[in-house]
Amino acid sequence: MTSYVIKDVAILDGKPTDIVIKDGVIAEIGNGLSADQTIDGSGCVALPGLVDLHTHLREPGREDAETVLSGSRAAAMGGFTAIHAMANTNPVADTAGVVEQVWRLGQAAGLVDVRPVGAVTMGLEGTALAELGAMADSAAAVRVFSDDGKCVHDAALMRRALEYVKAFDGVVAQHAQEPRLTEGAQMNEGVVSGKLGLAGWPAVAEEAIIARDVLLAHHVGSRLHICHLSTAGSVEIIRWAKSRGINVTAEVTPHHLYFTDEVVETYDPIFKVNPPLRTKADVEAVRAGLADGTINIVATDHAPHPSEDKDCEWTAAAFGMTGLESALSVVFETMVQTGLMNWAAVADRMSVAPAQIGRVSSQGQPIAVGSPANLVIFDPRVSQEVDARKTVSASRNTPYAGRTLPGKVVATFYRGTPTVLNGELNA
Amino acid sequence: MKHLLSAADLGYDDAILILDTAKQLAAATEQGVGKLPPLRGRTVVNLFYEDSTRTRISFEAAAKRLSADVINFSAKGSSVSKGESLKDTALTLEAMGADAVVIRHNSSGAPHRLANAGWISGGVVNAGDGTHEHPTQALLDAFTLRNHLRNGDGDLKGVNVTIVGDVLHSRVARSNVLLLNTLGAKVRLVAPPTLLPYGIEDWDCEVSYDLDASLEGSDAVMMLRVQRERMNAAYFPNAHEYSSRYGLNVTRMNRLAESAIVMHPGPMNRGMEISADVADSDRSVIVEQVANGVSVRMAVLYLILGGSESK
Repeated sequence: MTSYVIKDVAILDGKPTDIVIKDGVIAEIGNGLSADQTIDGSGCVALPGLVDLHTHLREPGREDAETVLSGSRAAAMGGFTAIHAMANTNPVADTAGVVEQVWRLGQAAGLVDVRPVGAVTMGLEGTALAELGAMADSAAAVRVFSDDGKCVHDAALMRRALEYVKAFDGVVAQHAQEPRLTEGAQMNEGVVSGKLGLAGWPAVAEEAIIARDVLLAHHVGSRLHICHLSTAGSVEIIRWAKSRGINVTAEVTPHHLYFTDEVVETYDPIFKVNPPLRTKADVEAVRAGLADGTINIVATDHAPHPSEDKDCEWTAAAFGMTGLESALSVVFETMVQTGLMNWAAVADRMSVAPAQIGRVSSQGQPIAVGSPANLVIFDPRVSQEVDARKTVSASRNTPYAGRTLPGKVVATFYRGTPTVLNGELNA
Repeated sequence: MKHLLSAADLGYDDAILILDTAKQLAAATEQGVGKLPPLRGRTVVNLFYEDSTRTRISFEAAAKRLSADVINFSAKGSSVSKGESLKDTALTLEAMGADAVVIRHNSSGAPHRLANAGWISGGVVNAGDGTHEHPTQALLDAFTLRNHLRNGDGDLKGVNVTIVGDVLHSRVARSNVLLLNTLGAKVRLVAPPTLLPYGIEDWDCEVSYDLDASLEGSDAVMMLRVQRERMNAAYFPNAHEYSSRYGLNVTRMNRLAESAIVMHPGPMNRGMEISADVADSDRSVIVEQVANGVSVRMAVLYLILGGSESK
């Protein structure tokens, strides 16, 4: 196995040093080191390989939008070494068979750890529990369960799911959306929706479910995770729940850190996403919540769609945007360049904490001798204009197209092998 | 003026130019000179994804009176019903050489998309999109108000217009609030709180839940259509209660100033938001609104398709 040395790279916020990668682990850290192949890391930052708790890979069922392989490639380009494949495929990942299929496809791709998420309810229909234990016991060893795309809105069913997954240290990741309050909803309910005449998705529809579910998790003593938290009120509820000792974690997406609902004034469906882009006050609140740890992690909610589902009128378009390839740059711009977080905090929110929530043992480890060599080398000095035609994902629905984002992933190492080298996919 | 997508696109001078042009075109039409020649050889497509009688006929009459060739494209009985996308329909119209597309669509923002997505090069006129806007309706309302309250000249400074009904789902209300403000009028919206959009307090208008308290001082009352199916979604208890609290009946009409007019964009629900006696009264200018619609749409098409007074 080829050994690599990354020269003069800063480990998180530290001073420049050399890192030697050999036989799948970090073999040496220090000055004046050498190896078979040398990578210039001067000016760059080394972070533990990123872990995404929320990725839509679309396989099986919508291979025209993304496959496990194309999504793995996009993940590697973004600096990820582990991703969690959401369950809303066709067929739904609600049996051991489907999660094992996705897991095997991930192994075959071999670019990141692909951890399947199991559905909470059969067919995501919200009426009967899926075979949670069978999925947990399968080769895929599922630990995260989610009906993402739909809310587990039945309170009794949610309670049972929270209780049941305790048997195998699982977690229910809730897509918090009260369905009756969001019928036909197209965008955030606010001043902009009133002006544009698009049906509103009120903040309360998210907050009401989160409030209910933290109380349920408290009552049954379970672990709860909240997907793509998007409102200031949700941050307040999570903060309150944590102050009470409730075992809840939460994620925010890069796009909710970056955009406000004012971009919807273009009526360009590239900005149509669920939960919707919110107001400036919400963006400030989720940034503050991520900085102070109320929100534990950044998760991409990478949601690829073919162009025909976006090159149309707003209400006909699909919800969702891609995010794997841009996530680190967006977090850099919104959280690091603003002075809200340092690189150690970025490593925590994008690698350490998501690996813990997903129970991914070999990921999110400190950059230290003996750790598995899952690493990303990021150059914060350059910036690049996002070109949707050049995405590695099979879909082009990036909301950052035409915008300039700071920083660039120079290299990604997955179990000691470079999946990205010199900013190019190495696979 | 390249497109007309929103009443917000119209500055004061643009709005006055359209109204003055409409006035001239109406006068020319009344003189019985027959068809006017300015749009000869130009093609206007009426692309209607929603059923609409009066707006489509109004645009068709406007284009024909200016000698344009008119193609009516309705979603029923066309490839749209076979699932063709707006993009492909737009590309087809572009290939056929449409100079302007008049679009009515149930999706808010569809005209905006048609104009800005790079699918077509011609002008786009919004003939009503979802619950967003209906700018030519606002123009014909302004034209009607100006004729009755300002002798057909200038702007609407100091005119008090009360708009009553389902503001939440009304593209007519949105366009009117924008345009009437541009022309100097004062707008008051009256509706049950359930039928007002979130964030209405940021709009440039007064808001009231009480119709009776809003009649005095109104120079014009514009009643909006309320769809009966709204009561199934709990916006109000039933048609009778709506009508008694927010309907315009003769008792309420008699409390209006002598000179005040009653308007309705149509189609009316007689007995719901407006009583038949009011609709047919001397105060009602509803039929006149329809006639003015043709003149205003002539002006819009004329200015968009490169009429000599266009910028």
